[in-house]
Amino acid sequence: MATEATGGGLEFHPMDQFIVKPLFGAGDVHWYTPTNVTLWLALTALAAIAVLVLGTRGRAIVPNRAQSMAEMAYGLVHKMIEDISGKDGLRYFPYVMTLFMFVVFANLLGLLPLAFTVTSHIAVTGVLAMAVFLGVTAIGFIKNGSKFLDLFWVRSAPLAVRPILAVIEVISYFVRPLSLSIRLAGNMIAGHAVIKVFAGFAAIAAVAPVAILAVVGMYAFEVLVAFVQAYVFTILTCVYLKDALHPSH
Amino acid sequence: MISLLQEAAHTAVETTEGAIVTDEAATHGADAATHGVDAAGHAAEAAGLPQLDIATFGNQIFWLVVTLVVLYLVLSRVALPRIASVLSDRQGAVTGDLMAAEEFKQKAREAEAAYDKALADARGEAQAIVAQNRAEIQAELDAAIAKADAEISARTAESEVRIREVRATADVDAREVALDVTAELVRNFGGNVDGAVIGTAVDDRMKGAVQ
Amino acid sequence: MEGNIGDLGQYIGVGLTAFGMGFAALGVGNVAGNFLAGALRNPSAAAGQTATLFIGMAFAEALGIFSFLVALLLMFAV
Repeated sequence: MATEATGGGLEFHPMDQFIVKPLFGAGDVHWYTPTNVTLWLALTALAAIAVLVLGTRGRAIVPNRAQSMAEMAYGLVHKMIEDISGKDGLRYFPYVMTLFMFVVFANLLGLLPLAFTVTSHIAVTGVLAMAVFLGVTAIGFIKNGSKFLDLFWVRSAPLAVRPILAVIEVISYFVRPLSLSIRLAGNMIAGHAVIKVFAGFAAIAAVAPVAILAVVGMYAFEVLVAFVQAYVFTILTCVYLKDALHPSH
Repeated sequence: MISLLQEAAHTAVETTEGAIVTDEAATHGADAATHGVDAAGHAAEAAGLPQLDIATFGNQIFWLVVTLVVLYLVLSRVALPRIASVLSDRQGAVTGDLMAAEEFKQKAREAEAAYDKALADARGEAQAIVAQNRAEIQAELDAAIAKADAEISARTAESEVRIREVRATADVDAREVALDVTAELVRNFGGNVDGAVIGTAVDDRMKGAVQ
Repeated sequence: MEGNIGDLGQYIGVGLTAFGMGFAALGVGNVAGNFLAGALRNPSAAAGQTATLFIGMAFAEALGIFSFLVALLLMFAV
């Protein structure tokens, strides 16, 4: 096991940062136990609320810094839904906005030193992805009824290849939550683990400067990735929402 | 997946027992042997990938759902309507300002037009006054010139009359002087002064001279 | 060096998954490069297509992340 590999005084524990621990004392993790996950989930929610609610407290016509951040986030998601899902997608704007704010703040807060990255856990991103998948599927059937199945029956294709396309479409439809959750969690795990591995190399004096430079570079890259992954998560949600609202190709 | 984890737990526990022989590890090992899934969590903590530790999934999902519901409620009830109202207020303010600016521009244009009009009026009035003054002066001038002309012609006429008188008297005076001079000349030459002959001779000469 | 032959196979397999990540990198680079080539030909149309760019990159990257996941599963769960 890599976590137990000890060679030349090097100690790599890149995955230890993802361990779920109870906040108070030791013991089993029950479903209600406040853990470090709970703490960082709460901090994520508080950060999002701080920017979106406290930041806009002034309701200023000329915004201050926090308010323009909140307005930029609002404008970004609003425009994304309008451009991709269409005007009727704006009904689900609060839902998409919640997902975006949660993911972006969880990613960014996870980059703080000693922080716990909640979006690096498959359980968390899986719930987020299922929230999108189930919500979108429900919207599709409520809005379009059985016509929603047109999404899988490509009428523009020749009749002979339609069954094959239908199989592919169904598979790709059900892979969506999987790819959505694993993309986010995988990016987070990989980035944090790579930073940890480089940090481990800093124990050797000869390569320490290179290792520290690498950590700095990776950190900058991870800040970018944190935002891009939240953006991608949201944009894919919008694409799925468009499919649900307008299933015919 | 669970069976995989259990296997991983067993191997992990075995390695733990092999590497660090402590009482705790030994009891964990015993737990793992008896309790299965619950212990798999502990073992995975020690060795496996924390993300695949199914024992913590319930905890994470529960707190995540709580967080998401709270965030959704706060965002949809408070934050998003507020930002929307701020943005529409700003839109309104901007359009209002633009309209006000347009209005001011219109007013400025009207004021400029009024100013131009006043300027043109003033200029026209000034020109009228100038023309009127000029006409008055011209009239006065004309009257004065006419008066002067009349005076001049009157004086001319008077002068002509006097010149004519003078000329008339001058002819008579010249005849008398000529008569006297002729008579005296004739007397001095010892001639006989005959008034009638001298008179005709002077008259003849004078006719030629005057003509 | 001591250890069993199973561990050896495990580590070789994990190393092989790195190929998957490398090919995913090719895919992402392909998406970005073609976007740039298109954007340089018609810069006015580029701004509207950034969303498509990110979607394409996300799909290409997802498969690399899948191979990373396989590596993690091989390392820790098998």
